[in-house]
Amino acid sequence: MNTVTLTVKKQPELYLECENVNTDAFAGKKAADIAKLGAYQGKEILTLGDFFTITGEAGATAADTKIIVNGDCTKMKYLGAKMTGGEMIVNYACDMYTGSWMKGGKLTVNGDVHSFCGLALAGGEFTINGNAGNYLGAAYRGDWRGMSGGVLRVKGNAGSDVASFMIGGEMIIEGDVDIHLGTHMEGGKIILKGNANRRVGGQLVKGEIYVFGKINVMMPGYKPVGEKEMEVDGTKATFVDYLGDLGERHPKRKGETVYGHLYMKK
Amino acid sequence: MSEYIIKNGHVFDPTQGIKGDKKDIAVKDGKIVDKVGSSAKVIDAAGKTVMAGALEVHAHVAGPKVNAGRWYRPEDKHFDSHKKPGITRIEGGKSIPTVFKTGYEYARLGFTFAMEAAMPPLYARHVHEEIHDTPIIDEAALPVFGNNWFILEYLKNHEVENTAAYIAWILRQTKGYGVKCVNPGGTEAWAWGLNCLTIHDPVPYFEITPAEIIKGLIEANEYLGLPHSMHLHQNDLGNPGNYKTTIDSLKLAEGIKATNNFGREQVLHSTHLQFHAYKGTNWGDFESGAKEVMDYVNKQKNLTIDTGNVTLDETTTMTADGPFEHHLHGLNHLKWFNVDVELETAAGIVPFIYDPNNAVFASQWAVGLEIALYAKDPMRCFITTDHPNAGPFTRYPRVYSWLMSKKVRDERLNSFKKADKVISATNLANMDREISLYELAAMTRAGPAKCLGLSKDYGGLKPGMNADIAIYNINPDKFPSSGPEIEKAFANVAYLFKSGKICVEGGKVVDMGHKETFWVDAKVKENKQVMHDVREKFLRYYSVNEANYPVPESYAPHQHIISVDATKA
Repeated sequence: MNTVTLTVKKQPELYLECENVNTDAFAGKKAADIAKLGAYQGKEILTLGDFFTITGEAGATAADTKIIVNGDCTKMKYLGAKMTGGEMIVNYACDMYTGSWMKGGKLTVNGDVHSFCGLALAGGEFTINGNAGNYLGAAYRGDWRGMSGGVLRVKGNAGSDVASFMIGGEMIIEGDVDIHLGTHMEGGKIILKGNANRRVGGQLVKGEIYVFGKINVMMPGYKPVGEKEMEVDGTKATFVDYLGDLGERHPKRKGETVYGHLYMKK
Repeated sequence: MSEYIIKNGHVFDPTQGIKGDKKDIAVKDGKIVDKVGSSAKVIDAAGKTVMAGALEVHAHVAGPKVNAGRWYRPEDKHFDSHKKPGITRIEGGKSIPTVFKTGYEYARLGFTFAMEAAMPPLYARHVHEEIHDTPIIDEAALPVFGNNWFILEYLKNHEVENTAAYIAWILRQTKGYGVKCVNPGGTEAWAWGLNCLTIHDPVPYFEITPAEIIKGLIEANEYLGLPHSMHLHQNDLGNPGNYKTTIDSLKLAEGIKATNNFGREQVLHSTHLQFHAYKGTNWGDFESGAKEVMDYVNKQKNLTIDTGNVTLDETTTMTADGPFEHHLHGLNHLKWFNVDVELETAAGIVPFIYDPNNAVFASQWAVGLEIALYAKDPMRCFITTDHPNAGPFTRYPRVYSWLMSKKVRDERLNSFKKADKVISATNLANMDREISLYELAAMTRAGPAKCLGLSKDYGGLKPGMNADIAIYNINPDKFPSSGPEIEKAFANVAYLFKSGKICVEGGKVVDMGHKETFWVDAKVKENKQVMHDVREKFLRYYSVNEANYPVPESYAPHQHIISVDATKA
């Protein structure tokens, strides 16, 4: 696996749209070619070389490529977005759309991410070793196709509207979340190790949400139906099983209505 | 203005019967002329196809419903919204493009005129704001009448003269072009949670039937002698078994003759016929009814139709047929937008994915193509996608490729996941017809121009007509054989002239032209009854004051008014 290292040398005046900073865009390119890749700042198209010092070279394919990004990325959007393979490590906080529409590979951010990161994640592993903003792993604004695969892990807290419209995959939030977790969910699994504020699983059709901490105010559409002993992300515990959201439509399979589950750790 | 001479192109012009002969076209002062001086700029069109600019007869491209689609579907324009080099602005959106993209894309496809198919009179200002901002192409808009309280009350007593006077008043207030009628009675019934699925279902409260509304509007339209005929979106859209209602509605035009000074021969334009040509009783035994419907259309000379071809894309459905959109939302559970427009109409919006793996959507695709292929008179059948309902208009090149090449359409048909089911439910597999370039010119140029009453200036290349000319990189002697090649050739004109100016060159927009907004000013005898009713309705029901209702001239600064005198009718 070949490694490309990007070091921020100049801060963008506005925000820099790094749609070309991912293993797929870099694959098969040398440092000089990568420096020529375009990056929008507002309506201007500039190059990655204008903002980063680039060393090393990429592998022949995305899967053979590793990218390390150093320096302040708080004004960089779309880092690692749409990548399909390989590895990428960002050693600083970064802005919106980081790791969105990922299909494969491994992306690690050693810092916080802003809102709208990991949108519609379809595959791969996305790990955030800091906090995340709102709409983490949700569908893009307006869209109804949210996270469908892969694993998204946040070591810190996340904001509101996390995992909206989730249809598959797994999300682990080790800290707390604000309101609207898993709204409109229709599949997949959310593990929340901390607490949630309100409206967990609103209009949830299918899928599972595990909550280790407390929910400030529970949704009225959830009904407890029993208890279960389970191992969830390495923790063995007893969970209370709630069916829901009873106010939402639910599909039928083999004559039986399929509900979503909210498991609350006892 | 500069002079041009387009040399050695293969010209297709049904208005003069020119079928691909090599002919030079001269352009001067925005018009096509017999000859130009020796200093005229020469455009070499050797090995290329030359046609008049195309006309869009039915699309939803401007106004509150289109814009609601834009703001509630940010996901439609998220990717590909960067500024590109050149004089164009950012082009966002796929199924509901921005006004700028709408103008550029039509121009790149070779269009020079587009009809906005449904203007709610109350929100006409918004429609005109968007039309004004759409570059290059000329446009007009059809106000909707089929569920308007005035119309329902007048036609209940068959008061054609009052209906006509009210239509003339609305056209002037809204700067509208003609009479659109969407799901007659059904949209008003929707306010009661009901619908009108046949032409004999009574409208609640008003006690009138869709049949009376359709016939009355046709008669009022001919009373006024408007350039375009009554433009109908029929009842029971998109439901299996609806072809009977479709033929019943078309029969209402029997015996009515076109009365106008614009060369228009039809009295009824039935739009997006694909959605109205289904047999069967449910989606399981659904079959194509295209043959039955087109057999009727072919023998009735006073009808025109457009196809409404499904393009098998993700798109956004939007119509004044409120109950239908609620029905769609129940099918796909995607976000539903619904609005009621006071005394006039309503609208609904639902995103829709015509998945080719689904036998129903694939069959709808086939029905749309059958409609065009069964049409005996290409001057009365026009190609549309009911943009964006059956697909975005930017897919016209692909629709053309399916119509013009049996090979291309059979490849698509046979590669459907449920091809067997589609083939048995439709007739498309047995159809060998391939639409020629000459027929295409009739279906997209001369035909729509005549249908809209614009044949004096549009749709042909006769001296005296507008110099609206599309030149395609297509050599008719070596017509491309693969789908992608046909698509590429139609998607990007080599040149587009709009009123004598080159606006697109090599697929790139190079000039924003000087677009005009068309509307019809119909003069009628003073009608005290109608003016009294208008005053009363504004006082009692409307949320706006009568004085704030009209569209001021500043909203359509480049207006082109077509005057009609109906005072002696």
